[in-house]
Amino acid sequence: MATQLLLGNESLAQGAIDAGLSGAYAYPGTPSTEITAYVLRSHQAAMGDISCAWTANEKTALEAALGMSYGGKRAMASMKHVGLNVAADPFINSAISGSHGGLIINVADDPSMHSSQNEQDSRVYLDLAMMPCLEPADQQEAYHAPAIAFALSERYRIPVMIRLTTRLCHSRATITTGAMQKRNAFSLPDDPKRFILLPALARKSYAKLLDRQLDFTRESETSPFTTYCEGTDLSTGIIACGTAYHYVREIVGENCPHPILKIGQYPLPLSLIERMMSECDRVLVFEDGYPYVEGKLRGVPLRSSPIIHGRLSGHLPRTGELNPDHVASAFGLEMPSLHEVSTIPAPRPPALCPGCPHGDTCRALNAVLKSDDAIGKLFSDIGCYTLSAMPPYESVDTCVEMGASITMAKGASQAGLHPSVALIGDSTFTHSGMTGLLDCVNENANVTVVIVDNLTIAMTGGQKSSANNRLADICAGLGVDPAHIRIITPLPNKHDENVEVIRQEIAFEGPSVVIAVRECIQTARRSRSKGGAS
Amino acid sequence: MKQNLILAGVGGQGLLALAAVIGEAARSLNMHVLQAEVHGMAQRGGVVQSHLRFSDQPIHSALVKEGTADLVLSLEPMEALRYMPMLAPNGAIVTNAVPFKNIPNYPDDAVVERQIRLLPNHRFIHAVELAKTAGALQAANMVMLGAGAPFLLLPVEALKSGIHTVFAGKSDAVIETNLRAFQLGYEASQAAAS
Repeated sequence: MATQLLLGNESLAQGAIDAGLSGAYAYPGTPSTEITAYVLRSHQAAMGDISCAWTANEKTALEAALGMSYGGKRAMASMKHVGLNVAADPFINSAISGSHGGLIINVADDPSMHSSQNEQDSRVYLDLAMMPCLEPADQQEAYHAPAIAFALSERYRIPVMIRLTTRLCHSRATITTGAMQKRNAFSLPDDPKRFILLPALARKSYAKLLDRQLDFTRESETSPFTTYCEGTDLSTGIIACGTAYHYVREIVGENCPHPILKIGQYPLPLSLIERMMSECDRVLVFEDGYPYVEGKLRGVPLRSSPIIHGRLSGHLPRTGELNPDHVASAFGLEMPSLHEVSTIPAPRPPALCPGCPHGDTCRALNAVLKSDDAIGKLFSDIGCYTLSAMPPYESVDTCVEMGASITMAKGASQAGLHPSVALIGDSTFTHSGMTGLLDCVNENANVTVVIVDNLTIAMTGGQKSSANNRLADICAGLGVDPAHIRIITPLPNKHDENVEVIRQEIAFEGPSVVIAVRECIQTARRSRSKGGAS
Repeated sequence: MKQNLILAGVGGQGLLALAAVIGEAARSLNMHVLQAEVHGMAQRGGVVQSHLRFSDQPIHSALVKEGTADLVLSLEPMEALRYMPMLAPNGAIVTNAVPFKNIPNYPDDAVVERQIRLLPNHRFIHAVELAKTAGALQAANMVMLGAGAPFLLLPVEALKSGIHTVFAGKSDAVIETNLRAFQLGYEASQAAAS
């Protein structure tokens, strides 16, 4: 069979296509983006056999996938970990309504915050939603995960989460692919009332969800992703979840004397854990992200319980991504490197590209907000422009989560701040900025919203943005006075007039919008030189 | 047979294409390949690295353990030094000699070069000049692939066919330029050894 060298994300996408996928929806976010990008590039998407789109945000993505599932077809929504916060409402409630066609929710966690504002562990959401979850350990498992998850989803009429972490998402390995399954035909649920979550009906569905928990546990215990390897040395038992399993194997080798429980499916495989807890004096837990499993095992320790070691006990770092050096150290096998850390290299943080339109916008904003007597603040959002927090710009004052710029600026202005300015990108604005601007209009808030429109979702590699060339119309539709929706071109030779426009709109008492339109230089360069070198 | 590589550079230098060629070459020889790469925010002119491991036996971790990298292949001299603790005792550093200075506090060139020259196994390659000779500045990554080739347990022919595979979507001229760049880097590296 043919092997391919694929990223974990690409392996999962190919696995979903081969498992009869009909719909794939996502809002791009590192490290999840390549899943949907791969499906979009596929022959099946080009032929229209798979509906695949970048949606306005993660919530609309998951709701569309749930609708596709209602129509009997296999669907998935993909997002980064913080995207699940945005989609938390459909995530938790779809577990109660249940699904019809197979429904999977791919969530990519980012331990170490390589490209994120936190390192929350999506497995914690499983305690709220009580749906099953697969955690593939490698690219080959990532390929098989959708077929298993779709089958599980259709067996119990329940959405299934697939949890990934950055290192698996963005590592390549050779994988072997299998045959393609037929896509489901259109069909409607035969018990459609469960999709009406009115209290009286929701209570019944919720009771059914609780009833199924034992089935879900049994499924985890017999999952192809869960294995119990016997051991002779019972002084220590090892539990390893997802990718952590391979770090453990790298260190202990194929003939480890200790029993190893590899966990690749949730809820926890209780009988296998009980076995390890009863036969071992100590259990060492390896997992990427939060000490989720370790915390559950520690629970309320009984006198006869084994000792639990992991991230909470200090045997592994409490935060950050796991790596083979941490695992070696937990086994007392660390080998100091011969070569010391060199003190010569200076940090090289990411920065706005030379010629980036955001640079010109930030220079204009600085001229107004950072002059000696100005006390204005710039509330920013999630996107490339946040990089202007660093020298030489030092423009933005906040960056908390998607959409927070406009609403924080509004609240701060109502607390007494002036000028109170928001900085938000075109796609972040349509993701979750529009509703905040509506609040500003309704409350006649004295804020100026600067939308930097580079005509793409730049930070994740140039995906199609939802509102290309329609931002002014959207703002007017939300009720912003068209006289105070100003369009500027962020270029060095327009600096003085741009500063003047920003000054005028800050002086206006009420909500105003300045839209700075210039294409991202990365996408402009790519579309200019298709077929360029390396 | 097993090799652990650290590939280093700055976002935009073409590091992922370089990694893809080596990975593809190893895959074409039916070896087990694991390659961790950096996507997203970190690519914006910041530090970019890739861990690449291949072996004829199954391997597990995509990340290279400290002190076990056989080669640090770098598109930028200061970036090469960032991974010193990753190097195996006899590991080599092969680096582009031309610095990429997009930060105000870039260290003195001579200081960087001196520390790399302290290693018994090192090569400095003027990749920019050689890429120009090959026909495109962007081909500096393939110059450095050629420069690293004498240290790789992969035949040169497999690497060249890897270039064909990875750049299959591009014009013949681009592939030719990349192959020339590879050859120039390879020769420069061999010459530096003698």
